[in-house]
Amino acid sequence: MQRTYEVMFIVRPDLLEEDMDKLIATLQGHATTAGATVQNVEKMGKRRLAYDVKKFSDGQYVLFVLQADGKAIHELERRMRVSEPVIKFITVRTDEEQQRLTKVRKLREAKVKRPPAGSTPVEAESPAVNA
Amino acid sequence: MADENQEVSTPAPRSQGGRPDGPRPDRGPGGRDGGRKFFRRKKVCKFCVEKIDDINYKDVRLLGQFVAERGKIVPRRLTGVCTPHQRRLTAAIKRARNIALLPFAAR
Repeated sequence: MQRTYEVMFIVRPDLLEEDMDKLIATLQGHATTAGATVQNVEKMGKRRLAYDVKKFSDGQYVLFVLQADGKAIHELERRMRVSEPVIKFITVRTDEEQQRLTKVRKLREAKVKRPPAGSTPVEAESPAVNA
Repeated sequence: MADENQEVSTPAPRSQGGRPDGPRPDRGPGGRDGGRKFFRRKKVCKFCVEKIDDINYKDVRLLGQFVAERGKIVPRRLTGVCTPHQRRLTAAIKRARNIALLPFAAR
């Protein structure tokens, strides 16, 4: 079952740029051999961490967007746990959220075309709170 | 403390209670006889108004507005966020905490 996942991980701040690229390449390689297709890789740069992780107070954030099944994700997570420069990671499944978003956007577009529509899903939400 | 007492003694303007921010303007005479004597601005859900569909854990700027100084999630009673959006917001803040974008407890 192929699903869309986002894997965000933090690399230790003292890792050099070229080592970082190498690390990303190897992780990508592991992901593809495990049966995932990497759709996007984004280096989000260095950021201050909200709390210390492994005694580091900064970190370089990297985001993978991939199409994978549970096994591939499991393998990738295992690799990251083992790899020393990766200090923290999180995997988020995004396909359901994306579906919801496209649905909401579609609804909104439909209602823009018909301006007199008074009962829209979003507008209907706020009165519900008052009740 | 005094604030809380006042809050209780007011005729409770149904849910949506106002934030007891600091010393409140004194209620005029006869504040108890049912009528609401002072104006309280109606809070609205930021996500509904600005039509923000996606509450993403990566958007620290947005999430930061709903986190108190000590890193706690601000209740919707204070922010006016509607229930469905507060639910998504909470999930997003918790994710952001797990990847060190937001603190679990600040200072």
